[in-house]
Amino acid sequence: MTKIKNMADLKKLKEQLQSDIKTEGKNVRPESLVHVKIAMATCSIASGSRETMNYLVDELEKRNIDAVVTQTGCMGYCYAEPTVEVTLPGKEPVVYGYVDHHKADEIIEKYIKNGILLEGIIPVNYRKIDD
Amino acid sequence: MSEYRIHLLVCGGTGCLSQSSHAVAESLIHEIKQQGLSDIAQVVSTGCFGLCEHGPVVKIIPDNTYYTHVKAEDAVEIVEEHVVKGRKVQRLLFKDPKTDKIITEPGELEAYKKQIRIALRNCGVVNPENIDEYIVRRGYEALGKVLAEMDPHQTIDIIKKSGLRGRGGGGFSTGLKWELTAINEADRKYVVCNADEGDPGAFMDRSILEGDPHSVIEAMAICGYCTGAGEGLVYIRAEYPLAIERLKTAIKQARNYGLLGKNIFGSDFSFDIDLRYGAGAFVCGEETALIHSMEGKRGEPTMKPPFPSVAGYLGKPTTVNNVETFANVPPIILNGHEWFSSIGTEKSKGTKVFALAGKVNNVGLIEVPMGITLREVIFEIGGGIKGGKKFKAVQTGGPSGGCLTEKHLDIPIDYDNLIAAGSMMGSGGMIVMDEDDCMVDMAKFFLEFTVDESCGKCAPCRIGNKRLFELLEKITKGNGVPEDIDRLVNLGNVIKDTSLCGLGQSSPNPVISMIRNFPDEYKAHVTDKKCPSGVCKALMVYEIIPENCVGCTACARACPVGAITGERKEVHTIDTSLCIKCGACMDRCKFNAVIVK
Amino acid sequence: MEKVKLTIDQKAVEVPKGTTILKAARTVGIEIPTLCYMHLEDLNIEHKPGGCRVCVVEVQGRKNLAPSCATEVSEGMIVNTHSIRVLNARKTVLELILSDHPKDCLICPKSGNCELQDLAIKMGIREIPYQDIAEMSTYRTDFSPAIIRDMNKCIMCRRCETMCNEFQTVGALSAINRGFMSVVAPAFEMDLEDSVCTYCGQCVAVCPTGALTEVDHTNRLIRDLANPAKTVIVQTAPAVRAALGEMFDLEPGTLVTGKMVAALRRLGFKYVFDTDFAADLTILEEGSELLDRLTRHLNGDKSVKLPILTSCCPGWVNFFESQFTDLLDIPSTARSPQQMFGSIAKTYFADKIDVKREDLIVVSIMPCLAKKYECTRDEFKVNGNPDVDYSISTRELGNLIKQANIDFHSLPDEEFDLPLGESTGAGVIFGATGGVIEAAVRTAYELFTKKTLDSVDFNELRGMDGIREATIDFAGTPINIGIAHGLGRARKLLEDIRNGKSHYHAIEIMACPGGCIGGGGQPLHHGNFEILKKRMEAIYREDQNKPIRKSHENPYIIKLYEEFLGKPLSDKSHKLLHTHYVDKRKKIIYI
Repeated sequence: MTKIKNMADLKKLKEQLQSDIKTEGKNVRPESLVHVKIAMATCSIASGSRETMNYLVDELEKRNIDAVVTQTGCMGYCYAEPTVEVTLPGKEPVVYGYVDHHKADEIIEKYIKNGILLEGIIPVNYRKIDD
Repeated sequence: MSEYRIHLLVCGGTGCLSQSSHAVAESLIHEIKQQGLSDIAQVVSTGCFGLCEHGPVVKIIPDNTYYTHVKAEDAVEIVEEHVVKGRKVQRLLFKDPKTDKIITEPGELEAYKKQIRIALRNCGVVNPENIDEYIVRRGYEALGKVLAEMDPHQTIDIIKKSGLRGRGGGGFSTGLKWELTAINEADRKYVVCNADEGDPGAFMDRSILEGDPHSVIEAMAICGYCTGAGEGLVYIRAEYPLAIERLKTAIKQARNYGLLGKNIFGSDFSFDIDLRYGAGAFVCGEETALIHSMEGKRGEPTMKPPFPSVAGYLGKPTTVNNVETFANVPPIILNGHEWFSSIGTEKSKGTKVFALAGKVNNVGLIEVPMGITLREVIFEIGGGIKGGKKFKAVQTGGPSGGCLTEKHLDIPIDYDNLIAAGSMMGSGGMIVMDEDDCMVDMAKFFLEFTVDESCGKCAPCRIGNKRLFELLEKITKGNGVPEDIDRLVNLGNVIKDTSLCGLGQSSPNPVISMIRNFPDEYKAHVTDKKCPSGVCKALMVYEIIPENCVGCTACARACPVGAITGERKEVHTIDTSLCIKCGACMDRCKFNAVIVK
Repeated sequence: MEKVKLTIDQKAVEVPKGTTILKAARTVGIEIPTLCYMHLEDLNIEHKPGGCRVCVVEVQGRKNLAPSCATEVSEGMIVNTHSIRVLNARKTVLELILSDHPKDCLICPKSGNCELQDLAIKMGIREIPYQDIAEMSTYRTDFSPAIIRDMNKCIMCRRCETMCNEFQTVGALSAINRGFMSVVAPAFEMDLEDSVCTYCGQCVAVCPTGALTEVDHTNRLIRDLANPAKTVIVQTAPAVRAALGEMFDLEPGTLVTGKMVAALRRLGFKYVFDTDFAADLTILEEGSELLDRLTRHLNGDKSVKLPILTSCCPGWVNFFESQFTDLLDIPSTARSPQQMFGSIAKTYFADKIDVKREDLIVVSIMPCLAKKYECTRDEFKVNGNPDVDYSISTRELGNLIKQANIDFHSLPDEEFDLPLGESTGAGVIFGATGGVIEAAVRTAYELFTKKTLDSVDFNELRGMDGIREATIDFAGTPINIGIAHGLGRARKLLEDIRNGKSHYHAIEIMACPGGCIGGGGQPLHHGNFEILKKRMEAIYREDQNKPIRKSHENPYIIKLYEEFLGKPLSDKSHKLLHTHYVDKRKKIIYI
């Protein structure tokens, strides 16, 4: 693996990564894909997020949808675990709560395939550092 | 893809629902149908926007229009004007209460300013098991910058000027702590990350380690550079297997990139990190106890001085900082101390992560700027009290903190204000209590925890907390006498005054603050032998109201001990000497004839 | 040295930087009560865990009270040691401790000698609050052959832990459990007998309450003495005579040999003998073993194990049997004087007076608690009958003399009985660190060189330093000798042996500070080496006064060999006077 020996290395790597995020070995252009992030902290997993993640990975593949599914940490909405953030190409991310198999199926069929928003969106209620 | 060109998001949070937001949604759907717009407009109900005070809230996308205080009858106007004609309904627009400016961008919303994510900046955003995602979000830039452009002294200076204080509860200046280690000459020094999160209900450190382990690794390396330490240790409880796993993965990835190890960023600075596992003793969150535990000794505190900055792990100068404290460091280096110190209050800068729990609608992990009020946290971010019950108290600082009441709701939260109010910041647990919670029972709950978690080294904590607990138990069992309240206060104060470490010095806080804030409730327990909240079983009396009783015999049949007697169609009675207070009769009665006194 | 000025109770105080408030207060006569604190100055042990919180004081500007034992003074500090706030706190803390302590002072072995009791009296505690609600932390009482652990009385001062772990490095005791149930115990709360405990008794010697006490055989002794069917004889260890007087308020270092013998006779012992006799016997056996190994070594025999280690101290034997099991073939196989005495008493002497073994009760008076265990070892029994029936400590003897209303001070000086009461100066000095090896040198030198010593005083082997060494010239052959007292120091010498770095030919080890004079069964010395030094002087004085000062010149020892044993290291000697060592780790239960 490449070693980062100075700031220039870090910057180069960052730029490369920004345009070209590595996912499971294949290089993909992130802008053209559906991004699905699943909160996978201990409490999320305890609420069933692992099952949700497995389901989404399997089903997206079965239904031939080009999507990148990644895990992430706690989103902060403990009351609504498992939580899933879906970003359609060119759109703002949308967070859904209480995502079980049924809800995940709805997300794929309605939101990902047809862009129809589902009930129970969790609005982002915080600022980020760069806001 | 969708043919909808407009979405109407109706807040379905508890606050808005209680103001009939469901009726707003129904009217909107109805109106859209009426206008034949069902194919282009969709009404969606959402979770809480955190704008509970202005509810019901409707947000229209794609043009990001916020309508507040929307009523069902407003639906016609919204659909006709906004959906059909594309004209905003001026009178419903959300205006900043201070400036009267119409707000469209979420960033401008006051409510959104209630939370700002610094320590949690990457949690829920990056994949914690992929260092690349961290690097994309400016990861390791702070470390690189420090190593390339700054000497340790300058770096410490920035941390000092930022006003960052220890997030584990102590609130000691982080920069000063680093400086104290830096000035001590030694052949070896250590950086220790305290990940022994032990407050019941607190999980911010775990969330950071699980969601953004690299931020902690990067900060520890920066700390090592500043203090002259070449080794970092994370003391993490073994009950956090996922955090341990992610941290291990992250350390490995950082090593692979050369971001840990020898000559980081081509500099002379070498630093690496190892893990030490804790068995989950609360007291090991105390830094001297933590160090003893890491050394393989019994996890119990020793007197300070000497402070760890002088003689810590293996007797060497050691900097011990909490996970959340570390997570704040890289953004401070990247954005400058002025940026950080612009957030917060005069003496408490930046943000604090709280685990909001208890009887609140939106239980969650929140990060708020210092200076926010409890009211904003509980009623806006938290969406108010569950089930529309009445707010009673909030416990901050976990079992070491105190309870705060209605009258404290508008105090800006920071280290010093919380202490002045009789509580403390602690590590960030925030447990909300409602009218159904008994303050004697709650004090007992917290004390049970400290009795269990006392290390047993010093007498006041070891025996005193046990006696406090026993006194409270006596009171909840209905055997209390008025003098017991004085005994609780005197004993509690002596325990605080004489205990060796922070655990004992703060363990009586819940009971003392609850007696101070709810004297009548304690009095009711010992004088009238009544528990006003109906929690203390021994003090409850079940009775049947004769006027309501129709003599259906349902209660008598449900009673497991045969304490209820009465003829069919006649008023029943409960023999209180037999009653075991299980409440089965009350559950069964359809006529509200059974009451608890 | 840098000085610090401060005010304690309105008095100006100036002390060196680094002094604690407790010590600073003492310089101006202010005594702050303490409980867990322990300062054994000469052992360099200052135990100040800050656990009991009895010594708290008010320091101006400090939020909470400060433990004076562990808080260093600082310039301009204003301290109040007895303010109402302090008194309330101190009294409340003491009440808390008492609320979790049994109230059986009437029958407690430490009653009258208990620091907790003293403090309760001093603080004027007349009732214990919380009695209405107080649960007690209770534990199973642990009876070992030497030490009883009644942890219901433990106040978690942790002094025993410091002695066991830091000074002795035995590691048998440490705090276990959490909170209210925390207590000092062997790992996993196993019995002391199953642990690595050596029964050195240093824990008992520092316990402020009745939590750690010795197994008391006084009542058993009274019953046996009252039984006409039994012949009860006694042996007294050398260190007892140098300390027993302290039980009767005599100056430390007062030799009470004659009064002790008289008292024992009045208590009804049929024969009053001296362990010193057996010490002389030990020298002949152990000295011969040393010479044997030495000669073979000098003749180039590579299989010889050197250095040879003394084996008189049962605490020390327990130590290497559980912690240095790879070195079991290094110590001398000679039994300790107590056991040699028992063995000879129940064979040679029993025959002489025509008493059956079973009817002869051999009691030993020892400065030691490990001796109580030693005499129960299976190796020292014949058909289940022990060579030494039981051992009582110096403290127990003192108490028994008081119980029997014997006016110790007015007793005449009496002589030991013969034949097992005759001893040389070499036998006496067994009681002090360095004494055993000095006695061995006196005999080994003469047997090795076939020359008579000009002076039998080997001052280079004496003293109180923890580890000492000397080279003795055996007429051209330099013999390197090492000495250690205290098991922590012994560990250093043993680790050198293990690592092949030891250059000694012989090493003497005693488990207790000062040797037997500082034993776990002696009147408490509280770490004051002045007392130990005086006891030591007494021992050497007794040696000085003896007409015979070399073991091999003891006429009754010579007679014993002629009549009974043959010669040192004979088959009979091996059977009666030597032993073997066992790997105790196999006995220790690891969960």
